[in-house]
Amino acid sequence: MSEAGDAPTISREEDSVSRRSFLGVLLGFGTVVMGAALAVPLIRFALHPLLTKTTEIGWSDVGKIDEFASLTAPTKRLIKVEQRDAWRKIISEKAIYVLPPKSGTLRILSPICPHLGCSIPWNETKQEFICPCHVAVFAKDGALISGPARRSMDELNSKVEDGMLKVRYQYFRQLIPQKEALS
Amino acid sequence: MAEPHQSEEEASHPYSNRWQRLYHWFDRRTGIGSLLHEALDEPIPGGARWAYVFGSVLLFLFISQTITGIFLALYYVPSADRAHTTVAYIVKEVTGGSFLRSLHAYGSSAMVIVLLLHLTQTYLYGAYKGRRELLWISGCVLLGLMLAMAFTGYLLPWDQKAYFATTVGTNMASDVPLIGGWLKRFMRGGNEMGTLTVSRFFVAHVFLIPAVLIAFIATHVYLFRKAGAAGPPSEDPVKPRLPTQRFYPRQVVIDTIVALLLILILGALAHFSPTELGPKADPADTQFVPRPEWYYLPIFQWLKYWRGPFAIIGIIVIPTITAGLLVLVPFIDRRLERRPWRRPIAVGIFLLILAGFIGMGLMSVRDDQRDPSIAKQVAKQREETEQFMREPFEPEPALSTLAAANVALADPLAAAGKKVYESESCDACHGENGIGTNAGPKLAGATAQKPADELSKLLRHPTPKMLAGEMKPVDVSDEDLKALVAYIKNLK
Repeated sequence: MSEAGDAPTISREEDSVSRRSFLGVLLGFGTVVMGAALAVPLIRFALHPLLTKTTEIGWSDVGKIDEFASLTAPTKRLIKVEQRDAWRKIISEKAIYVLPPKSGTLRILSPICPHLGCSIPWNETKQEFICPCHVAVFAKDGALISGPARRSMDELNSKVEDGMLKVRYQYFRQLIPQKEALS
Repeated sequence: MAEPHQSEEEASHPYSNRWQRLYHWFDRRTGIGSLLHEALDEPIPGGARWAYVFGSVLLFLFISQTITGIFLALYYVPSADRAHTTVAYIVKEVTGGSFLRSLHAYGSSAMVIVLLLHLTQTYLYGAYKGRRELLWISGCVLLGLMLAMAFTGYLLPWDQKAYFATTVGTNMASDVPLIGGWLKRFMRGGNEMGTLTVSRFFVAHVFLIPAVLIAFIATHVYLFRKAGAAGPPSEDPVKPRLPTQRFYPRQVVIDTIVALLLILILGALAHFSPTELGPKADPADTQFVPRPEWYYLPIFQWLKYWRGPFAIIGIIVIPTITAGLLVLVPFIDRRLERRPWRRPIAVGIFLLILAGFIGMGLMSVRDDQRDPSIAKQVAKQREETEQFMREPFEPEPALSTLAAANVALADPLAAAGKKVYESESCDACHGENGIGTNAGPKLAGATAQKPADELSKLLRHPTPKMLAGEMKPVDVSDEDLKALVAYIKNLK
């Protein structure tokens, strides 16, 4: 500003270098503190999918526990699985086996063979689960008896709420000896 | 300590402090010193004042709007069937989502207020005089762009308020002579408001207008620096005589304090009184009483007085003349006199228009309160909005789920087939609704289009290639097989 340069300056604090740098540090510090305070909600907002579950499979109703009290053989049921994906939900039907209660607790098995993923039917006459694909054989409680599978049938997480049996449906990795859920 | 080839350079600047040495090293390579000098040592005739904060505060608000806007885009989807769900998701589920959205919404109102204060201060101080015509005009362009930002941003949540306010807003465009109808269809992306309207407004709000805004902000700041700070009204606009003070530190400190206070106020508002989201837009609702955001109320009220063949005067002619007068102020008021009390006509007209705006806004509020049917409807809308805010977030069924539901509705046999598909765990390999996985091929599409007989045969007697891929013959009753085939043929 050439015109302004000709004008006299107000010489109060500008010429004091120490005061200028002190204010500079103060302003810099203030700006950093303010920026950090403002950044907190922004970072929390962006990290939302890490702070909470945005994709998850909810608990599905299987039926009233009274219905399963007198089971003598594994029973196939279709359940509605609701899968959350942030603001979307995907609803599908899945098959599961409810096992006869053992000392009052109900267990639920996935019908998917841990060998290669075929659907395993319950063989009423032999009282065994026999996979139609490669003849893996499992006991009434899902334990591996014979065949190419490397582990027993996979149990699904279940719970009872207000007399309602609920299950959390999951897929598991095939062909390995230990049970490992697929995300 | 320094390497031999640097020692000469360092020796010629014997700084004792290592920070100073670091700064010097950096300055030599970037020229940051002269840049800071240019930015901070701007002389202000008459010294720093609280009256000069508005420009800096606007810049600060613009940056805040940019940052919050970018973050909101992390979760927002611009389409008629997704916009409202995703905004509801931000407000009701995302950590800090309601706060951030409120900060963005209140920030836009704050920008309008500060911009009006900036304009008023510049006008009353006569700071547009003395070779500052282009500076003033670029400011007017920024005002227009900012109102356009407010208008386009308002639609994006796609709730009742947004939908109907924008319907009215875009309808007004059709009053423009000759190209009116075309203009309305261009803005809406068709005759009616729809998903293309959201896309268009989104692109304008997020890409186009911000790009032009940034260009004009840069121009505005450059022209301001070129002309120099105008100083108080007693100062000569061309050749300043008053003693000057540099921008840094006093003005910077004052600007920072105001910006800090403003962000505290906005933060408190966003925290204690978050912006609400209404129910999703329902174009079939004929009862809804649309009301624009507060800063558009004066124009809204103004339009009520112009009906029939004279509407064009109220909607187009008078606003165009007013805007034209505003832009041309530095060419009309050419005297170098800046003191407002020596410019009674210029200041009088300005205050009259300002009072008119405020009066119109207040009358609009009063009209709504006095009309019992409108007051009742507005209260009902308020209640509906509060009701919607109380409800938990409802996720939207994904398209595949809807398609499956539609199949079930359309064809009971296919619905039975879907049960077979799932109980036989076909989905374990072929995926949800036959979309295919690593373990099995996609069924929807080419496979689904095969004739039913061929599909039944393949299911009972898979080809050697299928068998090699672990596909086993399907062992179900003929009835179930028929249903399964019907389901597969329905896969899309």
